[in-house]
Amino acid sequence: MHSSDRREQQHRKSARQRSLLEVKNLSMLFPARRRLGQARAWVRAVDGVTLSVISGETLAVVGESGCGKTTLGRAMVMLARPTAGEVSFDNIELTKLSLGALRAARRQLQMIFQDPYGSLDPRQRVEDIVGEPLLIRGVPRRARRERVAELLGLVGLGPDAAPRLPREFSGGQRQRVGIARALAAEPKLIVCDEPLSALDVSIQAQIVALLKDVQQRLVLTYVFISHDLAVVRQIADRVAVMYLGTVVELADAAVIFQAPRHPYTVALLSAVPKLATRSSTSQAPPLVQGDPPSPIDVPRGCRFHPRCWLRERLNNPEICVSAEPFLSGGDKHLSACHFATELVRHATLDFDASASLSAGDSR
Amino acid sequence: MSSASERTFAQHAGPLLRVEDLRVHIPTSRGVVEAVDGVSFSINKGEIVGIVGESGCGKSMLALSIVRLVPSPGRIIAGHVAMAGRDLLSLSEREMRRVRGNDVGMIFQDPSASLNPVMRVGDQVSETVEAHHSLTALQAKQRSLDMLRAVRIPGPEVRYRDYPHQYSGGMRQRAMIAVGSVNHPRLLIADEPTTALDVTVQAQIMELLLAMNRATGTAIMLITHNIALVSHFCSRVLVMYAGRIVESGPTLEVFETPKHPYTDALLKAVPRIEEKSEGGLLPIEGRPPDLARKPRGCAFHPRCPQRKDICLVEEPPPFKIGPGRKARCWLAQETSPFEEDARLSS
Repeated sequence: MHSSDRREQQHRKSARQRSLLEVKNLSMLFPARRRLGQARAWVRAVDGVTLSVISGETLAVVGESGCGKTTLGRAMVMLARPTAGEVSFDNIELTKLSLGALRAARRQLQMIFQDPYGSLDPRQRVEDIVGEPLLIRGVPRRARRERVAELLGLVGLGPDAAPRLPREFSGGQRQRVGIARALAAEPKLIVCDEPLSALDVSIQAQIVALLKDVQQRLVLTYVFISHDLAVVRQIADRVAVMYLGTVVELADAAVIFQAPRHPYTVALLSAVPKLATRSSTSQAPPLVQGDPPSPIDVPRGCRFHPRCWLRERLNNPEICVSAEPFLSGGDKHLSACHFATELVRHATLDFDASASLSAGDSR
Repeated sequence: MSSASERTFAQHAGPLLRVEDLRVHIPTSRGVVEAVDGVSFSINKGEIVGIVGESGCGKSMLALSIVRLVPSPGRIIAGHVAMAGRDLLSLSEREMRRVRGNDVGMIFQDPSASLNPVMRVGDQVSETVEAHHSLTALQAKQRSLDMLRAVRIPGPEVRYRDYPHQYSGGMRQRAMIAVGSVNHPRLLIADEPTTALDVTVQAQIMELLLAMNRATGTAIMLITHNIALVSHFCSRVLVMYAGRIVESGPTLEVFETPKHPYTDALLKAVPRIEEKSEGGLLPIEGRPPDLARKPRGCAFHPRCPQRKDICLVEEPPPFKIGPGRKARCWLAQETSPFEEDARLSS
C-alpha cells in the first residue's frame, strides 16, 4: 500500500514535466439546420480550445450538457477531424497525418463510452470484443486467447466471461468489458466519456477503483469527461471547466473545488446538492439555473455574461459584453474571467454564507 | 384550483397514502421475481418522502404498483393500497383511471419516453385537464398555459404548439411535470425526475416541485438514487433492498446514524462533492441479489460486512429503533432502546 503510494507520487513527479497530448486552438463546428432564407449557421461545439494533458494524470473535463466536452474528447482521439486547430500526441501532430498513419497512431489513444449497453456489439462474444484490437494487430490466436484472459482478470472478470454475450452481463460488468477492450490496444491515453453515468452508485465506486488501479499498474493517462462533479472530485488530478465550447477554468482538482476562479465554476459547484446534516440542513440557492444559451448564437463578449451572477453583483461592467476574456493566470491556475481577482472575495463570502440560507427558498 | 366535487375522495383524517404488505410478483423463465416483497409504509398529506436504493431493488415497481400500472406479466398478488382511506386495489379500471392524473400525478426519469412525440406539448397538458374536468377546450387550454408558465417554459403561448423534440431536455422534464401536476394531485410520484439532467437544471426542477408542494400541499414520493437530494427535500426516507424496505425514518437521522449495514454501505459508496475521500470510495462488494432467487435469511447477508450466523437463516423483522424509525436488521435489535416492543408484527 505505502510503497505503491510512493511509487505513484514519484511517477507523478517525474511525469510532471512531460505533456502527452497537446490541443491547440481546436475548433469543431457543425452546420446547423437552416430555416428557409436564413444564412448558414454553425454550431460552435468546440471553439478554440488549447490545453495539454500531462503524462500519467487524470484530467477531468466538466460542464453542462452541450458545452462541447464530448466533442472535445472525440477530437482528442481523432474520432472526428477537427474543423481547425492541432492535436499532437507524443509530439506527433495527428491532425497532419494521413489516414493510414493516423490509424496506427490512434492505437495508443482509446475511448471508453458512457453507455455500456450501446457500445458493445450484442452479437459478439466478450472474448471477440476484447480480442478485436489484438486481431487487428495480427496477434496469433493462442496468444490472443491468453491476452484476453489476462485482460479480463485485470478488470475483475473471470475467465468464464470470455465465451459469453454482453446481454448476460450487468451494466457494471459491461463497463468492465469496455475497459478491457480499451486496454487490449495497450494505449497510453484513454478518454473516458461519462463512464459512470449509466451505473448505480455502488457499482460506480467499483469502476472508479478499477480505473485507478489499472492507471497505476499500466501508467495510463486519462481524460475523464463527466458532468458529475462529486465523482470528478474523487478521481481527477486536474480539472478543465468548459462552457459553450471554450475552457473557462483549468486548475488542479484540489484547488478548483476549494478556490475556483471563474464565476461559472462557482455557480456549477453551488448547484450540486451536498449531503445535509442535522447541524447544516440548508444550502444556498444555486447561483445559476436552467439551460445555457445555444452554441449557435454564442453571446458577445464573455460567453457566460447573460447568466453571470458576478457581473450582476459588479453592476454590469461594460467589458463583459465588449471583450471576450481569455484563459490566463499564474501558478497553473487559469481562468477566463475579467474579474477573476474580484471573484475570490465574492465567492468565499458566498460559500461561508451558504449555511444560513434555505435550500428551497424561492426567490 | 380544483373544487372538492372534482375529487374522487372525500376528506380523510388518516395518512394520505397507506401501503400495507404489498407484494408484486413477475413470472419469468428463471422463476418468480419478487419485485416488491411485503412493503408497508404511509405518506402523510403534504409530506415529501424519499425512496432510495440500487437499480433493481423494486423502487420503481413499487411506484407503478401504487397506481396499478405494473407491466404485464407482473401482478400485485397481495397487500393493500389505500388513498385517503379508499382501497385502490379494489377499484374498477375505469375508477382507477380517474385517480391517475387527477389524485395521483406521475413523472418519470425519461421525458422523451413518456411524452407523446407526435402530439403538441400543450395539447398533452390540455388532454390531462380535459380527461378529468368538464371544461371547454378554451378553458382547458387556458389552464394548460398557466401550468406551462408555472413550470417556467419560456414563451408558453408559442411553446404550447411545439412538439417534444423541439424542447431541450430540461424543458421536456418541466413539460412532464406540467402534465403530472396540472390537476393539482394530492400525491405526486416522481421516479428519478432529475437523473438525466444537469445539476443546474436539476436545481430548477427540484425548486419547482418544492414550490408546488408548498402552494397546493401536494405530497411527493421522490424515488431517486441521489442521497444528497433526498437529504435536502425529504422529511422521511425509505431505503429499499431486494424488494423490501430495510430501513426507514426521519431523513437526517437515518443518514447520520444508519442502523442497517446496507444504508451505511450506500452512504459510504456515494461520492461527495464536499471532500475527496482519501481512501477512495468504498464500493459495496458483490451485486444485489437476483430477485427470483433471493438468499435465505436476510437478503443482504452475502454482501454484509457485519453478518452473523442468524442472518444466514432467519430474516429479520422490522425492529422499531426510535420514534418513526425502523430497521430490518438483527443488529438493530441489539441497539434498540425499545426492546419490549422490538418485534413488530409485519
